[in-house]
Amino acid sequence: MTTKPKVSKAELAEQFRAFIDPDYVITDDETMKPYECDGMSMYCEMPLLVVLPETVEQVQRVMRICNENAVPVVARGAGTGLSAGAMPNKEGVVLSLAKFNRIVEIDPLARTARLQPGVRNLAISEEAAQYGLYYGPDPSSQIACTIGGNVAENSGGVHCLKYGLTVHNILSVEMVTAEGDVVIVGSDGLDSCGMDLLALMTGSEGLLGVVTEVKVKLLPKPEVAQVVMAGFDDVQKGGDAVGGIISHGIIPGGLEMMDGHAIIAADDFAQAGYPRDAKALLLCEVDGTEEEVHEHIAQAEEVFRKLGATSVRTSQSEEERALLWKGRKSAFPAVGRISPDYYCMDGTIPRRHIAYVLTEMEKMSEEFGLRVANVFHAGDGNLHPLILFDANVPGEFERTEAFGSRILEMCVEVGGCITGEHGVGVEKIRQMAVQFNDEELQQFHDVKAAFDPAGILNPGKGVPALRFCQEYRSLEHKQHTHEHTEAAHG
Amino acid sequence: MADISQQLKEQVLQARDSGQKLNIVGGGTKAFMGREADTDAGTLNVGEHTGIVDYHPVELVLTVRAGTPLSEIEATLAEEGQCLHFEPPHLGAASTIGGTLACNLSGPGRPWAGSVRDQVLGIRLLNGKGEHLRFGGQVMKNVAGYDVSRLQAGALGTLGVITEISMKVMPKPAASLTLVQEMGMDEVIHYMNSRAAEPKPITAACWVDGKVYLRLSGAKSGVEATAEKWSGEVMEEGDKFWQEVQDFHHEFFAGNDVPLWRFAVGSAAATPELEGNWFIDWAGSQRWFRGAGELKDLEPPARAAGGQVSLFRGGDRNGEVMHHQPEALKGIQRRIKTAFDPDNIFNPGRLYSWL
Repeated sequence: MTTKPKVSKAELAEQFRAFIDPDYVITDDETMKPYECDGMSMYCEMPLLVVLPETVEQVQRVMRICNENAVPVVARGAGTGLSAGAMPNKEGVVLSLAKFNRIVEIDPLARTARLQPGVRNLAISEEAAQYGLYYGPDPSSQIACTIGGNVAENSGGVHCLKYGLTVHNILSVEMVTAEGDVVIVGSDGLDSCGMDLLALMTGSEGLLGVVTEVKVKLLPKPEVAQVVMAGFDDVQKGGDAVGGIISHGIIPGGLEMMDGHAIIAADDFAQAGYPRDAKALLLCEVDGTEEEVHEHIAQAEEVFRKLGATSVRTSQSEEERALLWKGRKSAFPAVGRISPDYYCMDGTIPRRHIAYVLTEMEKMSEEFGLRVANVFHAGDGNLHPLILFDANVPGEFERTEAFGSRILEMCVEVGGCITGEHGVGVEKIRQMAVQFNDEELQQFHDVKAAFDPAGILNPGKGVPALRFCQEYRSLEHKQHTHEHTEAAHG
Repeated sequence: MADISQQLKEQVLQARDSGQKLNIVGGGTKAFMGREADTDAGTLNVGEHTGIVDYHPVELVLTVRAGTPLSEIEATLAEEGQCLHFEPPHLGAASTIGGTLACNLSGPGRPWAGSVRDQVLGIRLLNGKGEHLRFGGQVMKNVAGYDVSRLQAGALGTLGVITEISMKVMPKPAASLTLVQEMGMDEVIHYMNSRAAEPKPITAACWVDGKVYLRLSGAKSGVEATAEKWSGEVMEEGDKFWQEVQDFHHEFFAGNDVPLWRFAVGSAAATPELEGNWFIDWAGSQRWFRGAGELKDLEPPARAAGGQVSLFRGGDRNGEVMHHQPEALKGIQRRIKTAFDPDNIFNPGRLYSWL
């Protein structure tokens, strides 16, 4: 936690305006308003001021001034985050990296791209396409989210099982430390000497440094991709089919599952031709060489049929593949259409517990009186329950949050975790006490202090203060235990 | 198969009380790595902390105690048609999974299959305060808290005792074959990188003694179709060749008289002009060099190639063996060390003289 800042807003703005274009030092409420929240709009706070530096040197000077004066700094990319990780601190500065939006260099032979942090995720693949290359991680916000934010959150997407997360797809980052030094973590090599600081930085939610450049790996675009859609009349069968594919030695490029509610909402929205009576739908995409895809698609169809699929359909053209995916990719807006608001959760579970978890969630849904639809990155066990609610009904968001908390706790109970890709931010900070004990949380605080002795980087996010954890655990009558309660459901 | 974590914990607490240092040892097959171990320090033997804790083939996840030998893990996985995709080097029969992670050692498939660090999902760690902590998890995606698990890769045990590891495992490829052809060192970097940029099932690429070796693996039809399109002879006993590369049994690595340096550099960078022999692996990202010399003289060419150099085996192990770290990063690493091991108990001086 930071101590009280030593300077006033006016003094700080004046200091920044000495070296940053005054138009990019924002102090009035109206212009600052868009910065009050990120993609998790339920959590809002107005900052002291917003700066948009244009050079690394300016970022360094901002950090030095803030460090000397104990002013919190919240780095911000596109603001698409879903855990309020970029929510401003009311006594702090929002450091927007929006001006750092240049693709510095693409090396088609080495298959790498050097990027400023404000480059949009999708723009990387668009630019690399001329060389037959693309960037692997594709979070669903990829049209807007930036690579700097992807590093901060260790973003994934639908292709993680085969192609990995951000941490697997970057080579180095240049960052400005809390004290204003520029350091390069990682190198052009696939690893660097000593402890793996690059991994530590990835997913650190803006608590350890400000990323000012990223070097990513690019992959050759697969020759062919085909998708098999399989419907099941039972969630358990759908879950078993996921295991069946993997046991067969096939690692799909993408493997997605939707429950009955999500199937109908998505099909209404996209007219994708989904089996509307199915209780679970799998989309299994196989990519690779023509021969390989041909071989694996035939095997996948057979596995699904054997495991009781009520319908199996394979894309025969690019258009059909796009259509089958359209439903899945529009699942969120589709659900948005059937409810005034929805709250997207993000937990991870061992895949074998999917049927149990979905069944329990249905029970909770009744208990809380709130509908829930599920889309699931089945390949890697990442669950996105969408809780439907109406923010205009007093108390309904609070009930939604409570429902969400119960879901996350259940994820931990079955051996999973409270966030697969959205990060902890502000949103899940209380549930950190369920996944970690005090010694572990203290170790996180000690790591943070190694990078940021004054505690100015994104304070109050990611790792909870220990004094709040005891309260949360006792409040919820939770017994913190590290043993997974598999026995709970045999 | 035994859980001796309590005993390990007590030993750490005892060392802390008595001001003793501890050298962490698993199978003892990597004693040649890093700087010389502190001879006054006691030994913390993790080699008896063994056994598979949890393994669910359909989840592709394995949880195992750190002292478990690689061979035991691989035998268990093989029964289910699975493997450690990062192809861990077996530096001896006793090589353990914990030591493999601490040293971040991965085999020839690393650019495509990922490294040991890439496959790690979670760990248990005994820190210098004797606290037995758990980080990460047993699921593919977990972004709660800092990635302390992967931080351990390459730390050579300086941040604590890894006691348990959860990691991703993968199906064994259905088919595999190796293409070999003669090629000069000046052409091979461009060739290997160009091949790697094609959407084909390439899973290893190395060059030694004037020959380039490319491995194709995956679905049989895809492997065979690619082999027909690409130049090179299909190698008899290709798997044996890669196993030798993986385990440092290839003759290039034999003997201890000439120091073995590791250059981890940009895959397409030109190979530094130095007096000695090269073995180029990982399609150019990992280049082994055998030649006399000093670290300070090899650092500039490594930097020019976009990467770093370290002394892997032989040579002067009383001096630094790892690429020089800039001051700001030294400061951060010192403070991280203190955060995990405030009394500097574990493997003092093994990674850097100043850590």
